[in-house]
Amino acid sequence: MINATLAELSQALRARRVSSVELTELFLQRAQGANPALNAFITLDPARSLADAAAADRRIGAGQAGPLTGIPIAHKDIFCAKDWLTSCGSRMLSNFVAPYDAHVIERLREAGAVSLGKTNMDEFAMGSSTETSFYGPTRNPWDSAAVPGGSSGGSACAVAARLAPCATGTDTGGSIRQPAAHCGISGLKPTYGLVSRYGMVAFASSLDQGGPMAKSAEDLAILLNAMAGFDARDSTSLDRAGEDYTRALDSPLAGLRIGLPREYFGAGLDADVRRAVDAAVAQYRALGCEVVEVALPNTALSIPVYYVLAPAEASSNLARYDGVRYGYRAPDYADLREMYMKTRAQGFGEEVKRRILIGTYVLSHGYYDAYYLKAQKIRRLIARDFAQAFERCDLIMGPTAPSVAFDLGAKSSDPVQMYLSDIYTISVNLAGLPGLTIPCGFGSHGRPVGLQMVGNYFQEARMLNAAHQYQRATDWHLRMPEQYQ
Amino acid sequence: MTVMDWEIVIGLETHAQLSTASKLFSGASTAFGAAPNTQASAVDLALPGVLPVVNRGAVERAIRFGLAAGGRVHMRSVFARKNYFYPDLPKGYQISQYEQPIVTGGAITIRVDDLEQQVRLTRAHLEEDAGKSLHEDFHGRSGIDLNRAGTPLLEIVSEPDMRSAAQAVAYARALHALVRWIDICDGNMQEGSFRCDANVSVRARGCNELGTRCEIKNLNSFRFLERAIVYEARRQIELIEDGGRVQQQTRLYDPERDETRVMRSKEDAQDYRYFPDPDLLPLVLSEAWIEEVRARLPELPQARRQRFVRELGLPEYDAGVLTASREIADYFEALARALPHQAKLCANWVMGELSARLNREELDIVRSPVDSAALAGLLARVADGTMSGKLAREVFEAMWAGEGSADRIIEARGLRQISDSAELERIVSGVLESNAAQVAEVRAGKEKAFNFLVGQAMKASKGQANPAQVSEILKRRLR
Repeated sequence: MINATLAELSQALRARRVSSVELTELFLQRAQGANPALNAFITLDPARSLADAAAADRRIGAGQAGPLTGIPIAHKDIFCAKDWLTSCGSRMLSNFVAPYDAHVIERLREAGAVSLGKTNMDEFAMGSSTETSFYGPTRNPWDSAAVPGGSSGGSACAVAARLAPCATGTDTGGSIRQPAAHCGISGLKPTYGLVSRYGMVAFASSLDQGGPMAKSAEDLAILLNAMAGFDARDSTSLDRAGEDYTRALDSPLAGLRIGLPREYFGAGLDADVRRAVDAAVAQYRALGCEVVEVALPNTALSIPVYYVLAPAEASSNLARYDGVRYGYRAPDYADLREMYMKTRAQGFGEEVKRRILIGTYVLSHGYYDAYYLKAQKIRRLIARDFAQAFERCDLIMGPTAPSVAFDLGAKSSDPVQMYLSDIYTISVNLAGLPGLTIPCGFGSHGRPVGLQMVGNYFQEARMLNAAHQYQRATDWHLRMPEQYQ
Repeated sequence: MTVMDWEIVIGLETHAQLSTASKLFSGASTAFGAAPNTQASAVDLALPGVLPVVNRGAVERAIRFGLAAGGRVHMRSVFARKNYFYPDLPKGYQISQYEQPIVTGGAITIRVDDLEQQVRLTRAHLEEDAGKSLHEDFHGRSGIDLNRAGTPLLEIVSEPDMRSAAQAVAYARALHALVRWIDICDGNMQEGSFRCDANVSVRARGCNELGTRCEIKNLNSFRFLERAIVYEARRQIELIEDGGRVQQQTRLYDPERDETRVMRSKEDAQDYRYFPDPDLLPLVLSEAWIEEVRARLPELPQARRQRFVRELGLPEYDAGVLTASREIADYFEALARALPHQAKLCANWVMGELSARLNREELDIVRSPVDSAALAGLLARVADGTMSGKLAREVFEAMWAGEGSADRIIEARGLRQISDSAELERIVSGVLESNAAQVAEVRAGKEKAFNFLVGQAMKASKGQANPAQVSEILKRRLR
């Protein structure tokens, strides 16, 4: 049951071979059992989850079940879920109970999915290891010495350790794809604007995008069907006809042109990762794909561009956490100014403060043109690189991260090393393109390797098709950490 | 030392609250006076995860203003974030338009001392209001009311084209009339729906460079605007004449002491770190929408004033007074249409009797107990000679008190003018008999005595005699 696909679970539920309450109890037990070691969840609320499950069972009984009805799902703690703590991994929101549901949560609730709990994450999604969380780090279920990646490390860990059949995540610079790769699961960052940001705590508004995390591409497609869709409450939400992302899963891949950016295979890429990715590319050749080399010459600039733009937006987005209306407020202060200073000094962690300072700096008078405006220009060049590459290929492939999951603490004192671990994922956010990762083998210390796929705008169905065909031919996605079998 | 001749230079920044039912970026109500924080939605409170969605009605009003002021309405404008910390600013930034506003250019026509001139507009942009900090009633604490947070404002910035407090007030009044005329702002200054910041500087007459300016914030009445400018200009002139220099400052006007005081100086000006709001796409307008708004624009005050002069033959002054607001113009025009060829009579009554009465009762013309049709009924009787102006005023009072139509009151009170010549001859005979001395004086050529006799005849008729006819009869009989 714990390794079943969402389609299999849905079938079992509809055939009444298992009830949603039983399924939810099973995963709750696993989550509660593993959480002391893994710290994947910030919030588990069995009573509420089981009530949702009972409601789903009634819906199934009434013959009104959809593909997700009764299926438990874990939510990254960045999504507001009504009456649940929505901490965003921060002390600042450690007392914030959301009075409303995020659009993503709303859509999944409407589809009958059962909210299993809220997962751990880097504070305000700023980090690549889930070590910056106020609630302590999450561990990688494959190797407890390793980080799970981040910022959606809790969600990746929960799915990898089979504490939940699937989860939600958000991706600003790789926060779905990198932890999914490090934990050996599948994850998708959709085209910017496909999934509403309403109710998703903002980090960098022009880059943030919610998406599904699951065991397989097929599961991602089913989840995306529920999560995607126009939302009038998000002005950047795209008003376009809905599509069925499962429709092309079974199409053959013959003739598909895969582009390999030479910049993704150069210096900085670990040999073990390279071996696994090369093997995956060979597998695609065997499936009838054509492989071409493409160029993304501005890849190296994506890190500095990102670390200007994302902190700039973050410095403004996080200004609302001032202790006035909700959230953490410092206990002792003499006046307003001191209340602001102490509240923000105590409420935010080091990485968040670092980025607020960087962002404030680059937007300051006299620096704006040199940093913010220049970064915006390069951002357009990066998007143009992709547009040119897509003239020569249908999908771009490469490693999701330059290495397998690193050890806890290995990079936490060196922010630049930490930032470089997102080198292959960040440019996709800057261009607003869809990116996907699937497991494609193991590297050193038996830690998983992810294969990244980047598609042109709205090519999610095509990407899921390519990923699904690979997963039909391989079994990396079915592997589980032994300890959690 | 020669006494310098100073020129005052004034530019105004006006915040007009747009009359939408809901806020600029949320669905919460904008109604004034609700209990604190009852009209603040999750978006206005800046809860985590909420997003702004621009109010179409506010954009439409900005377009309407741009077209009415003859400005350029931009097909693409950009919302930016103005970042600063303040407890009544929930997001820690205000969404405003900075480098790319929705409207640039345009002008407002003003008249001072019969001189017409144009005050050019720099720009008009959309932005949201902040909440209110309440410092009283909380004993050492401050209260925050976020009802106003997110209310849509149109900030209208003028060029420094005004040279006196009187011109600045004329501009503010004309702008106030315009935003009400095109129905984008209720203009209620007590509630803060229309407030001005004045940029004031002085320079030696003939000098082309602008002096250092001071900005006087939040002037919410025309009188305060005038007094603040007068005070501030005098302060700057005295400062310079005493050998000092004007420092660029933001100042507040204190009406109780009739002076401006420094609020902050340029050195502590904040760095607002403006950047385009990534939550909002650029505001893109379609040509079709702009044309639709243009088609629905009412006739503008300037055009209407000119038409009143051209078509109705009114003096410029009258036309100006009668187009001070759309309501007055509508009232007058309905009245004048009901009484063809009597435009001047109508104008006199609207500007005189009616306005005086409305002012005394502090009533708006749309709430006048005597509507334009009723007043037309009365003026028709003046026009056709049924009654004198003096009697008409009496009838008007009765109409105001709700006694019914003019004709009904004239009938009931027997106020109809006596034009029957036999009756008038009888009255005149009586007057001639009992005033032999004055009759003799008239014959001796004393004009004054003649008027006395007319008065006596009017008195004998209880004011109902047609004075023109009485005068004619008297002249004939005394020849």
